[in-house]
Amino acid sequence: MTPEVRYVLRLADTNLVLAQRLGEWVGHAPALEEDLGLANLSLDLLGQARLLLARAGELEGLGRGEDQLAYLREESEYFNLTLVEQPNGDFGDTVVRQFLFDAWQLGLYEALVASGDAALAAIAAKGAREAAYHLRYSGGWLVRLGDGTAESHARVAASLARLWPYTNELFHDDDVDRAAAAAGIGVLPSALAPPWSVRVDQTLAHATLARPAHSSFVWYGKQGRHSEHLGYLLAEMQSLHRAHPGASW
Amino acid sequence: MYTQGLDSLGKDCLRDETRDGAALESRFQARVDAEEKIEAKDWMPEAYRRTLIRQISQHAHSEVVGMLPEGNWITRAPSLKRKTILIAKVQDEGGHGAYLYSAAETLGVARAELVDQLLAGKAKYSSIFNYPTPTWADVGAIGWLVDGAAIMNQIPLCRCSYGPYARAMVRICKEESFHQRQGYEIMLTLARGTEAQRAMAQAALDRWWWPSLMMFGPTDTDSKHGAQSMRWKIKRFSNDELRQKFVDTTVPQADYLGLGVPDPELAWDEAAQHYRFGPIDWSEFERVLAGHGPCNRERMEARCKAHEEGRWVREAAAAWAAKRSAVAMQAA
Repeated sequence: MTPEVRYVLRLADTNLVLAQRLGEWVGHAPALEEDLGLANLSLDLLGQARLLLARAGELEGLGRGEDQLAYLREESEYFNLTLVEQPNGDFGDTVVRQFLFDAWQLGLYEALVASGDAALAAIAAKGAREAAYHLRYSGGWLVRLGDGTAESHARVAASLARLWPYTNELFHDDDVDRAAAAAGIGVLPSALAPPWSVRVDQTLAHATLARPAHSSFVWYGKQGRHSEHLGYLLAEMQSLHRAHPGASW
Repeated sequence: MYTQGLDSLGKDCLRDETRDGAALESRFQARVDAEEKIEAKDWMPEAYRRTLIRQISQHAHSEVVGMLPEGNWITRAPSLKRKTILIAKVQDEGGHGAYLYSAAETLGVARAELVDQLLAGKAKYSSIFNYPTPTWADVGAIGWLVDGAAIMNQIPLCRCSYGPYARAMVRICKEESFHQRQGYEIMLTLARGTEAQRAMAQAALDRWWWPSLMMFGPTDTDSKHGAQSMRWKIKRFSNDELRQKFVDTTVPQADYLGLGVPDPELAWDEAAQHYRFGPIDWSEFERVLAGHGPCNRERMEARCKAHEEGRWVREAAAAWAAKRSAVAMQAA
């Protein structure tokens, strides 16, 4: 598998896994409006994932379509960021995970519109509009929870402390990233750190939340080495599809 | 005289009612008979208001509880296309709930109060959602049969005498009609698929057929609210008329799928130009209505759990909004 294919799969899988997590909320959110909002986020990310999977399949040239890639790859063949496979937890955990991700994804798409891969650039242009809206949603909730009640502040501060270490992976460059950047189709993750920090710090200040200290903790989900949570997520997602090999749905 | 502000529906209104009650009521009925729409601020009999609050809130609750059986398959939908459609569909149902709660609020009741009634077990929702969705084909069957039956019930509501409800139903019916077609398309794909998929589709039809017929409510002879609702033009057709229409429409659709309707007495009556169908097991209907259906407990537990676990979030949002308005007041 070329670095380009692997790079696009990282983006696709990250969207797909987070869309799957958000889908778990639908019907169980704290308010009806949040059922609708979380469903919207899930749908947008799923839409981006499908476009990215299709592009990865084209670049790979082995005839694999979106469903083959989504339903028939093993855990170690998934290259999503470890942050997005973390369980939903309570609404605060979900909001923090989403906020950290949205701030990253918006910066990523803003840079990727200049990708030498025209398909990727087009997906990024569409995705940037959606990510900006998502960030408004997750940032808005982070502020309400951080600056809401004593209980919500304590809860969301704990969520932030728990999930913050996973952000290291968002800005970690490896050979795949470097090759994709050198080929003019990708963006170096480390370049995304400064604009992300600005966005995150602004909202944390509004939310009266302190930025957690840096830690040396790094996961490598994007290299196929995952936390214990992804296996269950895929087992559930792929179960019906895998139970009927070759069937059309 | 016909329009009276909601905010003036206090003591003055009560005095008016005792003095002019009969006159007001007969003018109200004349408007209804003339197919005029009754609006939120118009005078209306208290029983009309109560009937509408009960019906619209039950409808809203049904949409919200109805997110659960299909939501059960969001994480396991067998293709990304189906997953996309299913999330959008379940989201639509939630949207209908929000829309209907708003329609109920025009009658002077708060959504929070209605939700509390549901969670306390004091309000009803459609019994159909107390049945489980063990397979993917149940998602198809719900779209085809349950949404199909809902459309039969709801199309006439677009002409309901109460304006806000009627207008809400126009949009809801458009979306339900789309849901019904996507459900049928799932069934068609399964019916033309592998042996296992065809069996899955047949088993789902077997499970959902009779509960779908029960969705139209008791037979006309046993219906409690039917006659008055017809006079008020909240209801336009009787339960049995709508049920017959559903059977007549749906049986040929099952034939096209090559699936069998689980009713040995089902037969086409050439003279009447209707399908005749076997007796409905009303004891099952009563049992599920009384809370003893397969999933009544799970559905209510899921709603209560979401509500309880979301309490701190709603409190935080309210506290934050209060802080913001205090800041805005100071600035002004």
